[in-house]
Amino acid sequence: MKILVCITHVPDTTSKISFTDNNTKFDSTGVQYIIGPYDDYALARAVEIKEQTGGSVTVLNVGEAETEPTIRKALAIGADEAVRINAEPTDAFFVAKQIASHAKEGGYDMILMGRESIDFNGGQVHGMVGELLGLPALSPVMKLDIEGDTAKMAREIEGGKEFIEVKMPFVAGCQEPIAEWKIPNMRGIMSARTKPLNVVDPVDSEKPTVLENYEMPPAKGDVKMIDADNVEELVDLLKNEAKVI
Amino acid sequence: MSVLVFIESAEGEIKKSSLEAVSYGAAVAANEGTSATAIAFGSIDEAKLKEVGKAGATKVLHVNDDRLDKGVIQAYANALTQAVEKEGAKVLVLAKSSLGDPVAARVAVKTNAALASNVAELPDTSSGFKVKRSIYTGKAFAMVELKADVKIIAIKKNAVEVKEDGGDATVETFSPELSDADFGVQITGEERQTGEILLPEADLVVSGGRGLKGPENWGMIEDLARALGAATGCSKPVSDMDWRPHHEHVGQTGVKVSPTLYVAVGISGAIQHLAGVNSSKYIVVINKDPEAPFFKAADYGIVGDAFEVVPKLTEAIKARK
Ligand SMILES: Cc1cc2nc3c(=O)[nH]c(=O)nc-3n(C[C@H](O)[C@H](O)[C@H](O)COP(=O)(O)OP(=O)(O)OC[C@H]3O[C@@H](n4cnc5c(N)ncnc54)[C@H](O)[C@@H]3O)c2cc1C
Repeated sequence: MKILVCITHVPDTTSKISFTDNNTKFDSTGVQYIIGPYDDYALARAVEIKEQTGGSVTVLNVGEAETEPTIRKALAIGADEAVRINAEPTDAFFVAKQIASHAKEGGYDMILMGRESIDFNGGQVHGMVGELLGLPALSPVMKLDIEGDTAKMAREIEGGKEFIEVKMPFVAGCQEPIAEWKIPNMRGIMSARTKPLNVVDPVDSEKPTVLENYEMPPAKGDVKMIDADNVEELVDLLKNEAKVI
Repeated sequence: MSVLVFIESAEGEIKKSSLEAVSYGAAVAANEGTSATAIAFGSIDEAKLKEVGKAGATKVLHVNDDRLDKGVIQAYANALTQAVEKEGAKVLVLAKSSLGDPVAARVAVKTNAALASNVAELPDTSSGFKVKRSIYTGKAFAMVELKADVKIIAIKKNAVEVKEDGGDATVETFSPELSDADFGVQITGEERQTGEILLPEADLVVSGGRGLKGPENWGMIEDLARALGAATGCSKPVSDMDWRPHHEHVGQTGVKVSPTLYVAVGISGAIQHLAGVNSSKYIVVINKDPEAPFFKAADYGIVGDAFEVVPKLTEAIKARK
């Protein structure tokens, strides 16, 4: 089984978000970067499938040189080799085009990634890659089993799940509980240092969306505390002040 | 040129988030001096389709093909692309959802469109076509300019109100060309919560956390939700321990909700949980620990034992309704 896993390089989930340069740049001061949490699920499942069926896992990231520690972490978790497409990932279509261009020649049986990145939350790249390659793309996939040339999946839908069968190759945007996150062990970390990480130039692509600037949501007002013995007051406030009930 | 709106339905019922998309599309259309056309798939009563007019669509294209009762992503994307072309639509609006995301992505590639997802407000067309997207899981916004001829907007749930001031829509049958390849993915079954309010679309949500101690105590969460007419949710450890189903788990890695009221009971308010609820209009927190971080994000707070406070609150709400 030949598996491609696409990962994002994103601020740690607990990061405080702020911007500089007149709200046009993300302020990365003191921010720790991680593999996108949904991508981590995709990677963990890919490594499990490889362990069961043999084959290889390639990780791919569209990003500039600063993403290499994140890519090395994916290698430490169990990917065999890595590709970094040397470009700033500023538009979903641009990223999808890079991934599709790499995957076209790769003969992958499946392309896994997270359902969305936790920075831009677009949830578009898997679908675009599927369309560019003429493959089915399913998301958000929470269960993935391979039987022969068929993948059996569960996809989360609003208020439930849908069961799916599809022939390989396919693209999937993954989420929990598809697998347990894997934590790199010492052997993984050592071997990651010598695994191949190929840097390639991006292919030409338009960027149909352009970021103008960022905004922060309005600050929250103070919390009104209500005595536990006086729930009536809360009902009053919800009815007359907030007008939500 | 017109504005096209993709409508999702489940078991013949049109989703609320899709009606929000219709109202959004109608507002965009009015701004562009044109009208909004909706497109619906699968078996739905004509009367229900006409009613989409109330939310602002003047016409509904109905792809009346029972193979499309389920969300077959590729078939929907292909049909939608043909509808964009037939209508000469320059703007396609849909709800960001588990079906909307993959469908929109495919249509964007097929039509060379610019796609913005998680959009929270009407576009600004004073110079170019710009939309405000929610990013960093609700912690910030980005203004994004859509540069292509066709623009696709996936709106965040509950970001727009459903208007109800329109008339009946005219309903037209639309029969796009679909091939076997569009049905290459087999949907073999479904497990769906029935008869209750869907969490991602809910206007009111009551969530419980690990503070509830076990699944046997969820009755009081359900009672409060029933009294309010709310959906129920939970924190991640609760679904990890199988106290509640996974689709109820709210947060960074779960469902993102944006209700008018979010009631959090026995949830600490870890940043990953907050990420899923920070666009709620009002937040009520009930926690026995006065230092629980959730109070910082709350509008109203009660420090107290959930097992005492929640039943009293439920009774007080019932009495005042
Ligand atoms: C990458 C990542 C992603 C994550 N994603 C999510 C996510 O999407 N959603 C999510 O929820 N979490 C997520 N988490 C986990 C998150 O960090 C917290 O662990 C989790 O939200 C805690 O859940 P909790 O508040 O229910 O439990 P706890 O932290 O155990 O808090 C329980 C609370 O209940 C209160 N309590 C106890 N007894 C009572 C009582 N009798 N009456 C009233 N209050 C009581 C306590 O004071 C406490 O504040 C994620 C973590 C990581 C690392």
